Amino acid sequence: MPPKPLDYESINENVKRSQYAVRGELYLRASELQKEGKKIIFTNVGNPHALGQKPLSFPRQVVALCQAPFLLDDPNVGLLFPADAIAKAKHYLSMTGGGLGAYSDSRGLPGVRKEVAEFIQRRDGYPSDPELIYLTDGASKGVMQILQTIIGGQGDGILVPVPQYPLYSATIALLGGSLVPYYLEETANWGLDVNELRQSVNQARYKGITVKAMVIINPGNPTGQCLSEANLREVLQFCFEENLVLLGDEVYQQNIYQDERPFISAKKVLMDIGPPISKEVQLISFHTVSKGYWGECGQRGGYFEMTNISPETVDQIYKVASISLSPNVPAQIFMGLMVNPPKPGDISYDQFVRESKGILESLRRRARIMTDGFNSCRNVVCNFTEGAMYSFPQIRLPPRAIEAAKQAGKVPDVFYCLKLLEATGISTVPGSGFGQKEGVFHLRTTILPAEEDMPAIMDSFKKFNDEFMEQYEDHRGYSRM
Amino acid sequence: MALSFFMRKSSALRFRNLFNRSIAVLHNQHQIPHQSITSSSSSSLSRFLSSSSSSSMASSDSSFPVTVHNINPKVLKCEYAVRGEVVTIAQQLQEDLKAKPGTHPFDEIIYCNIGNPQSLGQLPITFFREVLALCDIPSVLEKPETPALFSSDAIERAWSIIDAIPGQATGAYSHSQGIKGLRDTIAKGIEARDGFPANPNDIFLTDGASPAVHMMMQLLLRSEKDGILCPIPQYPLYSASIALHGGSLVPYYLDEATGWGLEVKELKKQLEAAKKSGISVRALVVINPGNPTGQVLSEENQRDIVKFCKTEGLVLLADEVYQENVYVPEKKFHSFKKVARSLGFGDNDITLASFQSVSKGYYGECGKRGGYMEITGFSAEVREQIYKMASVNLCSNISGQILASLVMSPPKVGDESYELYRAERDGILSSLARRAKTLEEAFNKLEGVTCNKAEGAMYLFPQIKLPQKAIDAAKAAKTAPDNFYCRNLLHATGVVVVPGSGFGQVPGTWHFRCTILPQEEKIPAIVNRITEFHKKFMDQYRK
Repeated sequence: MPPKPLDYESINENVKRSQYAVRGELYLRASELQKEGKKIIFTNVGNPHALGQKPLSFPRQVVALCQAPFLLDDPNVGLLFPADAIAKAKHYLSMTGGGLGAYSDSRGLPGVRKEVAEFIQRRDGYPSDPELIYLTDGASKGVMQILQTIIGGQGDGILVPVPQYPLYSATIALLGGSLVPYYLEETANWGLDVNELRQSVNQARYKGITVKAMVIINPGNPTGQCLSEANLREVLQFCFEENLVLLGDEVYQQNIYQDERPFISAKKVLMDIGPPISKEVQLISFHTVSKGYWGECGQRGGYFEMTNISPETVDQIYKVASISLSPNVPAQIFMGLMVNPPKPGDISYDQFVRESKGILESLRRRARIMTDGFNSCRNVVCNFTEGAMYSFPQIRLPPRAIEAAKQAGKVPDVFYCLKLLEATGISTVPGSGFGQKEGVFHLRTTILPAEEDMPAIMDSFKKFNDEFMEQYEDHRGYSRM
Repeated sequence: MALSFFMRKSSALRFRNLFNRSIAVLHNQHQIPHQSITSSSSSSLSRFLSSSSSSSMASSDSSFPVTVHNINPKVLKCEYAVRGEVVTIAQQLQEDLKAKPGTHPFDEIIYCNIGNPQSLGQLPITFFREVLALCDIPSVLEKPETPALFSSDAIERAWSIIDAIPGQATGAYSHSQGIKGLRDTIAKGIEARDGFPANPNDIFLTDGASPAVHMMMQLLLRSEKDGILCPIPQYPLYSASIALHGGSLVPYYLDEATGWGLEVKELKKQLEAAKKSGISVRALVVINPGNPTGQVLSEENQRDIVKFCKTEGLVLLADEVYQENVYVPEKKFHSFKKVARSLGFGDNDITLASFQSVSKGYYGECGKRGGYMEITGFSAEVREQIYKMASVNLCSNISGQILASLVMSPPKVGDESYELYRAERDGILSSLARRAKTLEEAFNKLEGVTCNKAEGAMYLFPQIKLPQKAIDAAKAAKTAPDNFYCRNLLHATGVVVVPGSGFGQVPGTWHFRCTILPQEEKIPAIVNRITEFHKKFMDQYRK
């Protein structure tokens, strides 16, 4: 019997170690149940269009015209497409060397990168160099490329917030690096404490790890908090002192649901601080077309901007990008349209504003509805979703529930979430998928279900939670830790 | 429908134009795979140019957390010549031409370094683009005006695709393997092609075939002690990917004298040598049709390869992205899956990953990043791990997924769009075949140059016997002889090709890879320029 070329034992250990709960056990179980005919509400991933959010009309018209440029010559084109969409399509097509079907520059179309630079400049008030902006097939690919550049092996550590979006933990594991956690403080609105950072770094160094980079997710995922300017200054100062490159995941920068802490980019704060820090601290910032009010997840469009990265290192990053030839061109056009939307006076402007505002205002309302809904439930405490797309309530599981979970061979929050799924069809991601303090349990859900469905969903959750707590609570009360 | 009498005049016009005109370039811009915006970008070329400009940046560099001194060594090690030094020089020259026209003996750069058909004037397949456009704006599918702009079968196909997408949401992340309905279509297409069934659950749609290759390398390579058998010459995605994932490339040489033949005894020889040096060889990469070599394997050859993999316990990685590019009547494309199944080999006999892409063929949709791998013969636990890897990136781009399904199930006889589709497809393929022949003949006429036929794919890979004087001059210029030749060729003619060392070659032999993609009407001028340059070069360096 010839040797089997590939079995579970002989594959790369790093692959086995890597976990990505967002499409892990809960999601797979939910998909199974869906196949069996159960109605499932997927709130496991920030996927707005899957929950009924409509694409913005104008960008879709522009890209459709770019897909089929022969329409531009058709006398009937005006029947379906407004004049400004037609003009925009010509504008983007002229940037390409052969239309959407040609590989672009490995860094992305220069014309689009220029528009991104201009956007960044308008947003922050500081110049931005298109040469240091790389478009990628989604922000995730950019994150993976950068982490691959930084991580040589186990000795290389990356500071990652806990809870975090598990792209970071999964990628670090795949690359054989070390994740150095820093805990966000739930009781302080998921606040970031520099002392906690310092402790984490020192502990890692004591273990022989070279900590090379720090990740911040702002607004946070799954936690939703928006960093204050003061906090960002502290972080940048910290990176300067500890010689870390800052990786700023800012994909939710359009999703802000309170007015006390508007979005402020890490780059702006860095430049505001001024020299020497503004010339020394290395920063890579990530953005996407998947979130915001666009929600165009399926396009796979993103970019990263590099600050204070040396030309030789940029060359290496360029080299790795060139192996994949180029990011997909339609998504690059979506990115151009996102940073360069319709202006007042454009034919499509009013519709564009109406659609965008509608989405953002509704998200703001849903963030409130969900937070309040969770807080009205027994043994559930939920910080307000200041930004991003998620709610991350803490579920205080009674000891008997934890015991039952153990019996079932499940992590307690997985146990809870599976029961929730089976009872209500609501598919969430257990907090253990994001990391949390020992003995504290959460689940992540999105705020994306349609507004009119929200009350029923929250009722359904409350009913389940009441029954669950009734079943497992010891009426003498319980102690948590 | 009130507007139906307009019946897409534009479509009839398109059809006529296809025959009447020589292929005009719709967006005939200067070729711009790379375009430096500012003069400060010259610093980004520092790595590729042999000047000392790079050292000026190094002084304060080492204090930063991320520098070339401490980044992932595997990143430093990997190379990818298709967009390497010669290309970088070409960009600079292109800038020169724009800024100061007339400073060079040519007035445009012709990029023959990369298989990027639509950047050189090849037009997309109309039906495919109609369907993709409709899928971007599904709300128009119901509008009465739509048939005035789109063919009815494109509308119908768009409907069936939109209906296959949960919630009709084309902007949503899909299943991490790709939309189920599209995988069903692809599986049916594979079955129609091979005559053997395909399971949609074996298919993983990816952003081009390249990410799928990376996934397999990541899965297979545990350390430097794990090796992958790769053809030499090879498409450097493989060498780069193996380096990035920390494994070892185990070369097997294709035989130039026999039309780049692949001999199983050569495979065996290299396998044994690798094992002796402590390498655990995990897989065999076969590129068929070949890149850069263009050979199409015979079925018998393929059977021997399949049996070899089974006997030696190797995963077969079958890069079949050029399956629609076959230019000689005596050869046909046969998928490795078909060959394996024809031998009676099932999932327990052979572990196979087959790669396909929307970038090549007659569709040439490189910029869309569409492709898939079909994996068969993998255990359930390993498949779970592959799924997990795919899920970290959530999914591939939806438009690319749709295109992959269209490529694997194009219009059929009787469909409204069939005639136009067929004319476009045949036009492109016959033109490619003619260009392959013309360029091959031209290269064979050059002194000291021999060029194997391009039976398939998109490239020619001529061998140049460089005179010793040229080799010495290259050494003096601190560069490989084939790179030296290519640089000189570029400076004299504006034609960009890739030196053979980027693909691997038998030591002491020199080649370059040139695509067959420039528009047919440009080929004579290109041939003249290269012929003239070559003569001058040989005159200068002949002994």
